[in-house]
Amino acid sequence: MLSFILRRLLIIIPMALLVVTVTWALIRIAPGNFYSTERKLPPAVEENIKKKYGLDKPWYEQYGIMMLNIVRLDFGDSLRYPGQTVNEIIARHLPYSATIGFFAYLLALVVGLSAGIIAALKQNSLWDYGSMALAMLGLSVPNFVLGPILVLFFALGLYLVPPSRWGGVSNIILPVITLSAIYAAYIARLTRAGMLEVMRSDYIRTARAKGLDEKTVLLKHALRGGIVPVVSFTGPALAGLLAGTVVVEKVFAIPGLGNIFIQSVLNRDEPLILGIVAFLSIIIMIFNLAVDISYGFLDPRIRYE
Amino acid sequence: MVENVEAIKGASLWADAWKRLLKNRLAVFGMIVLAIMVVAVALGPPLIRWMTGITADYIPAEGELIRSFPPSSEHLMGTDEAGRDMLARVLQGGRISLMVGIISTIVSLIVGVSYGAIAGYLGGRIDNFMMRLVDIIYAIPYILIVIVLLSVFGGPNMPDWIGWLSEKLGGAGNQSLSQIFLLFFALGLVSWLTMARVVRGQILSLKNQEFVLAAKATGVSTFGIIFRHLVPNALGPVIVYATLTVPSVMLTEAFLSYLGLGVQAPYASWGSLAADGIKNIAIFPWQLIFPGVTMALTLFSLNFLGDGLRDALDPQTRKF
Repeated sequence: MLSFILRRLLIIIPMALLVVTVTWALIRIAPGNFYSTERKLPPAVEENIKKKYGLDKPWYEQYGIMMLNIVRLDFGDSLRYPGQTVNEIIARHLPYSATIGFFAYLLALVVGLSAGIIAALKQNSLWDYGSMALAMLGLSVPNFVLGPILVLFFALGLYLVPPSRWGGVSNIILPVITLSAIYAAYIARLTRAGMLEVMRSDYIRTARAKGLDEKTVLLKHALRGGIVPVVSFTGPALAGLLAGTVVVEKVFAIPGLGNIFIQSVLNRDEPLILGIVAFLSIIIMIFNLAVDISYGFLDPRIRYE
Repeated sequence: MVENVEAIKGASLWADAWKRLLKNRLAVFGMIVLAIMVVAVALGPPLIRWMTGITADYIPAEGELIRSFPPSSEHLMGTDEAGRDMLARVLQGGRISLMVGIISTIVSLIVGVSYGAIAGYLGGRIDNFMMRLVDIIYAIPYILIVIVLLSVFGGPNMPDWIGWLSEKLGGAGNQSLSQIFLLFFALGLVSWLTMARVVRGQILSLKNQEFVLAAKATGVSTFGIIFRHLVPNALGPVIVYATLTVPSVMLTEAFLSYLGLGVQAPYASWGSLAADGIKNIAIFPWQLIFPGVTMALTLFSLNFLGDGLRDALDPQTRKF
């Protein structure tokens, strides 16, 4: 088990470097530059810019220098925000996105798990149909539509919470709800399907035959197997939370990492793009590893050698 | 009892699945809504033009009419700020939105199915390499890939066949329409990853069965085994997953349009219409409500249909 974890942790490093390489290649394949504008620059100015950022060297030399710096976790200065290192920018904007993302996933877990379990236990009842229809609605309404509607009702209509900006706890309520809706819907559906499958399996029959009370059967035996799909959903969900926060940050005017990322892509701010992509890919891979490890605890039939 | 065995008519997998699908009321509801939507989107704009002379980008000549009117008997969904009829715009936008869903899904089907099937059948090192590549692409935010694809192949670098296709499917071939078609392909090229995994899993479980051995023994080529023997047998999960790809691609297009990267004026999609409507949500709510509800209803139906297909095609889960 320990060697499995170690091996997987070590693989993350070359994988992250590969992700950075592919991203770098993608940026370089696209025509244009970070300094190119509508107006053409005088050749002397262009040459100076190229010299300053080392763009006059052959591509393999540029790549080598960049990779050596990245291995030392030095992504350099942002091109669009001169004088600020990529690490500073990420450290400054990450907390906003991380806070919203964390609470959104927490809320999605609580709502999704309870809705899914209730739906599975009362299969084909009004509870089942109601919560699954609601989940389907959550999957079908884009979050950039849901967000403004929530603002209209709860902020501008009822004056319960502020409509936007960052501040106290009341500020993050609407963004968290907006972001969590689609994940809550997914989790509810996954939980329902997982629970229904587990409830028919032999070990639940055995548990019942042993004379355990229904509560123990459900919470200690069925739930552990039933939430395996939900756990494996965490990896993709994390990747999706990034895209999701972009919209939520835009709707609620929150200075998070998602917006910075979109801006950096549009500005072709290469160091910043690479920094954010490397950071996110490492986080996603660590979470995927955590997911794989937790399978072993949830389902004793899964073993790692 | 035994004599009756011959009388039982063997139902094929597909006929059986179709019967089960028709029993699922939500899936039937989804199919009906989708059929109505396709017909409305296909016939609506010319019909409106024939009846009232209004088109999606018709701007009234009279200055007083250039403002957003609420829904009325003349304009069933109201008008937008430029005085354009919302109903005509929603129907016209539906063409783009549905095409996004269909074309991107076909692209993701072609790439994902062949990639997953080849990786799964060849196995070993090639499989390992191909799937690690999928893992790496998974870790790159898709929005970056879409933007790069759009900027690499956009404008003067547009492949000729995209221009040809947009001319065939959308009429007058102009720059911004080809740009939209490029978006379809870009979205398809980022949404094949999960499909590849699903197909690979299916192929892995199929490739050691007798019919593959029989095909090999009779000298069928590797290509033939993969695409004529294995892929057709993995079609169930592929169809289910494709039905669920359509709404997710449409949501992604809406999200890109909201960020200003997707469908650009003068064209519109449900996503871009809703994104425009959000700006005026407090004053002109109908600008958001109509495209938003139409889109949500379509996605709702697609999801129901996908669920119904899964239950119908996968006998394991059909008792749920």
